[in-house]
Formats: sequence, C-alpha cells, structure tokens
Amino acid sequence: MQFVLEKRTERSNTIALVSPLIAIGLTIVTMSILFAILGKNPVAALGVYFIDPLTDSYSLQEIAVKATPLVMIAVGLSLCYLANAWNIGAEGQFLIGAVAGSWIAVKTQGTDAGYWVLPAMLAAGAAAGALYALIPAICKTRFGASEILTSLMLVYVADLFLDYLVRGPWRDPAGFNFPTTAEFDPVATVPVLIAGGRLHLGAIIALIVVAAASVLLGRTIKGFEIRVVGAAPRAARFGGFNSDQLILLTFAISGALAGLAGIIEVAGPVGHLQPGISPGYGFTAIIVAFLGRLNPIGILIAGLFLALTFIGGEQAQIAMKIPLDVTKVFQGLLLFYVLACDSLILYRFRLIFASRQVSRGTG
Amino acid sequence: MRKTLLAAAAAFLLAGSISAGISTSAWAADKLKVGFIYLGPVGDLGWTYQHELARQALVKEFGDKVETTYLENVPEGPDAERAIEQLVRAGNKLIFTTSFGYMDPTLKVAKKYPDVHFEHCSGYKRDANMATYSSRWYQGRYIQGQIAAKMSKSGVLGYIGSFPIPEVVSGINATMLGAQSINPNIKVKIIWANSWFDPGKEADSAKALLDQGADVIMQHTDSPAAMQIASERGKVAFGQDSEMIKFGPKSQLTSIMDTWAPYYISRVKAQLDGTWKSEDTWGGLETKMFQMAPYTNMPDDVKKMAEDTEAAITAGKLQPFKCPVVDQDGKEVECKGGDHLGDGQVLGMNFYVKGIDDKMPGK
Repeated sequence: MQFVLEKRTERSNTIALVSPLIAIGLTIVTMSILFAILGKNPVAALGVYFIDPLTDSYSLQEIAVKATPLVMIAVGLSLCYLANAWNIGAEGQFLIGAVAGSWIAVKTQGTDAGYWVLPAMLAAGAAAGALYALIPAICKTRFGASEILTSLMLVYVADLFLDYLVRGPWRDPAGFNFPTTAEFDPVATVPVLIAGGRLHLGAIIALIVVAAASVLLGRTIKGFEIRVVGAAPRAARFGGFNSDQLILLTFAISGALAGLAGIIEVAGPVGHLQPGISPGYGFTAIIVAFLGRLNPIGILIAGLFLALTFIGGEQAQIAMKIPLDVTKVFQGLLLFYVLACDSLILYRFRLIFASRQVSRGTG
Repeated sequence: MRKTLLAAAAAFLLAGSISAGISTSAWAADKLKVGFIYLGPVGDLGWTYQHELARQALVKEFGDKVETTYLENVPEGPDAERAIEQLVRAGNKLIFTTSFGYMDPTLKVAKKYPDVHFEHCSGYKRDANMATYSSRWYQGRYIQGQIAAKMSKSGVLGYIGSFPIPEVVSGINATMLGAQSINPNIKVKIIWANSWFDPGKEADSAKALLDQGADVIMQHTDSPAAMQIASERGKVAFGQDSEMIKFGPKSQLTSIMDTWAPYYISRVKAQLDGTWKSEDTWGGLETKMFQMAPYTNMPDDVKKMAEDTEAAITAGKLQPFKCPVVDQDGKEVECKGGDHLGDGQVLGMNFYVKGIDDKMPGK
C-alpha cells in the first residue's frame, strides 16, 4: 500500500477555491498547538493576530500603509511571472525609484518650487524603476543572460548607490554627518488621507494599479499575449507573439511600479531618503505575488493579509509578549501550507494497494 | 473599497475559525507602562541584549509599579514609526527607542502624543517630551587603543566598523590616539560591515583583517562573531557592548559594556515621581553608563596601564581628544572645548586623525 501523487487530467476548480481555506485552517491548527506549547491561550493569541488589528481605524490604516508597497510591487511582478520572465530584482528597482524621485526633492529643497514637485518625483521614480528593470531585460533578450541573476545582482548596486548618495552628496548638512537627507519639503511629500493617521495617497494609487492590471490581463490583447507567452511559449510563437518584446514590456512595467512604490514610500511614511528604507519589500512582494496566484485581486488580498500578520504580530508582542520569531514561524507556515495545498489543484493523492498495482498511463 | 475588501478578506479567511472576545488593553491605571524598541533580537548578546538586561533590572527594581513591554528586531525604516505608535496606543507612558535610526520616527510620534515621554538613544534631536541619552564610549576606545598597541606584534590593528557615523568615527580616532600614545607607528585596517548586526559579515570581516596581517581585532558591530574568529585563530580581540568572554576565553582583552540600568532606573523613577524632564545625557565612565569588562589575557604591566588610564579618564584627568588633535592631512583641528575638543566636535566627528592610512567612506 502506498500514497502516490497523481496528476489530474484537468485543474480542479473546487480545490482552487478551497485550497487557501485549507491552508489557513492548517496554519491556525498548527499555530494553536504552538501557542499552547508556549503557554498562551490559542484563542486569545489568534484573536490578537487577526481580529484586534481589524477593530480600529488606526490599525486598519497601518495595514493599508504596510500593504501599499507590497501590492504595487507584486502586481508588477505578477505580469513578469505570467510572461515567464523572472524579475527577482524589484528591491533594486524600488530603491532606484526612491533615489530618482528624491533627487528632485533634494534639488528643490528650500526653493519656492510649487505643486509640480510631487508629480514630477512620482514620474521620475517610475521612469527610473522602469529603466533600471530594462537592464536585465535587455541582457536577457540580447545576450541570453539569466534575468534571475542579473536582476538580483542589480539590487546590491542600487543599495550601495543609495548608500553613497546619503553619506556623500545628499547628506543633510545639519545632520551631524548621519546618513540621511534633510526632511523633504511639504510640496515633496505624499499627502496623508486622514488627518492624524498615516494612510496616504499611495494606497489609492495601489488600488488604481490593481484595477488597471485587472483590465490589462482580463480585457486586452496584450494581457492575453502575456499569459500565452508564459503558459505556452510554442503556441505563442506560432501565434506570432514577440516574446522578447513582452519580456521588455513586463520588466519595464514591473520596474516602473516598484520604482513608484519606492518614491511613494520615501516621500510618504519615511519623509526623507536614508539607507534601510525598505525592509525587503521587493522580496516579500515575490511571496505576495504567488500567494495572490499572480492575479491582481488575489494580490491585493494577499498583500493585505500579509500586512495583517505584521501588524498582528506586533500587537501580539505587546499584548501577549509573544516573541517576534513566532510571527515569522507563522508567516512561514502560512506560505508553506498555501503552496502545499496548491499542489492539490494539479495533483491528487491516491492510495494504491500493492496487489492492484498495475501500470497505467497518467493523464 | 480597500476597507470593504479587507473586511471581506478577513471574514473569508477567518470564517468559522475563531470567536474571540479578547480584552488586550486592560491595564491598571496605577501601573506605569514602560515600552522599549529594540534594533536586534534580545538574544543578540550585544547591543540589544544590554538594553534588555537593563529592562529586566527595571522590573526587579520597581516590581509591581511598572509593566514593561518590548518590540524586538524593529528595522530603522518606515516600520519604526508604527512600532513606536503601537507602544503608545498600548498605554505605555515612557518609551525608550534604542537605536540612532529611530530618531525621526520617535520625534514624529512624540509630536503626536505630547503627554507621553520618549527617550531616544544616541541621537541629537530632542523635544519637550523627547530626551536623548548616550555614552562617551570613545573613552573606553582610548583605553582599548593603548592595550591594543601593547599587545600587537605586527603593529597592525583590525577594526570592524558598522557605519561611518560620528559615533563610530570618534571611536576609531580615540582608539588610534590611545594606540599612538604607546606606539607612534601603529597602523589600523578598517572594514565597514555596513550593518550593526550581521554575524556572517562580521565574521568574514574579522577573517579578512587577520589575513591582512592584523593581530588585534576590535569592532563596532554588535555580535560576538568577530570574537569567535579571533578565538579560533588564537588572536586577541575586544568585545563590544557586552561581556563576550564566553566566546573567547583566551582572546578577550576587555569589552566596553553598556550598562544602561542605572540610567533607566533613574528615568523611570523620575517619571513615577512626576519630575521627568527632557534632557540630553551623555554619560562617561564616571556615570557607569558603560563599564570596562575585566582586563584579561594580557601581561600584568598592560593591565596596570589600562587600569591607570581608566582611573585617569574617570577622574577627568585624561581627555582622549586632548588638543592639539591633528587630522589625516596634517591640519590641526580647531580646539573648541578648552584643552580638548568640544562635545559638538566629537558628536559630529567627520575626519580621521593623523596616522590613519585610509579614506573615510563618503568623503
């Protein structure tokens, strides 16, 4: 008698819907056991993680603030991944976007530059992110270089470039040589939506990005091309789709979105350029993209959910003295179960008895 | 739309899983809540660990009168502001933010909650409800420089820097001035880890320095990794932040140990008494805000010299930055503190002293 994982002849749509629920269920069960072992009341702990952050406007705002860059980057990445182009360097595009936008903020600092400053910053951030993402894309299409490696390595280039700028030419002259620019002027700052909170215009931009990506993928020829090139490259070639061009396009879009997210983060919640503006958003967004099944709406939900676990994790540290590591275990478990359950969409478990084992073609 | 989706997502994800009626914010009015923001994990055995020890000392000192909470591993970016605000919202009335990078986030939250008191470690921005505190670690570095010069056979010291900010630069300079007082031809090799806590990088830096001929390792990073490498190679090293003798029983010469407990206790006491005031504390050896670990693994005459120097600095008879201080290019630095450099000059130090054969990053 043995278990085998057997390929389904077609995707199971029921499982596709139920799989995330199974994953969440398994995560909750595992976490409850873990909380119990730690001597915490599992119901109370899960409540702090998932319910408390949803009960007041402050936490809801913070969830949105945290999710904004994740969702924007992940939507861009999903286009790449759907087209079978592997942009791993969103973190670098995020940083370069932040740098490019900050350049305008730094240069106009203390001048009477008007309301054109912020739009110009956002445009510069998006443009710089797109150009930066095109480097690995062009290396791929012209020279066949692995975009996974080149895009990843460019992250470190961007990181050190930012580092150089804030320690050298852009350093706040009144800042005791600490590595940061001066605080941006009000005209160079992303406006806050609700007074006293941190929810900013970027959240709305993220929603627009999600909507636009949904339309692009669902209603346009380009979106169809992207999906065909990824899913069936040969068919795409016969169909006359230019896959090189699509690699360039998807990289440019995802770079632009990452760059835009970068400058919004700097001109919004941070308020100045400094090292460490991203706690790994560009990499976490890869997880968000896959958790959201490379679907814009799915990504929105996944981004918000991941943000919820961050905020909830902090509140659990405060309210129940649950160590931060448990939050990380929790996030890891969730991803693990989601991916594990997803395999059930394409495969199914079968119990095979030795006596009846006959060779059969699989579908 | 975001909120609706959020609610939908949450309801969807949590369907039937938990029913929670939790009160997390039940707090007794007579208890003072004190919050801490930590940069590393409490188990870093260096910087954060020392703050954690001081927190435990608070609990021991005040017992039921205080309730303490900490958030660990908080990155010095956009997440910091939220973490601090979470502590405020959980009812903490006195909050210690224990790394330089929390300066602007602390200030932002402080402006928002004028009735909460904040204590920021190692920064320079203050407000009516935001005090700063730090230690004159350069005094300890001067002693270490003298010991290093005595112990080194190759005449080359290896120095692992974190970031080229004034605190670190003044530490390097004080080390060299101390070392030069023993051996005018002493050399130092500096490697920047560009991180406060990265055991892998710290270990690699230590290896590289030893390979380049250094035979005494000193560090301005937070983990015991460098000490372990020195120990493996049979070389001597200085601990950092805390007692690291466990990691190099035959290697540790001494260590600059942060002992925040007396300061934290005095500030909490002031808060309880209603006498808390925003001030700037920069404590030297005489305040015991930091202390030297026992002088070990060195001949008796070196130990005697170290103890004498420590006593002289503690008594105010020896100033590490005694004028004239000559910079790398041979120019004498203006003397703003009478017979030694002024506090402002040390706090904003951005030059290397004569004899350092290296270029400061970003200059």
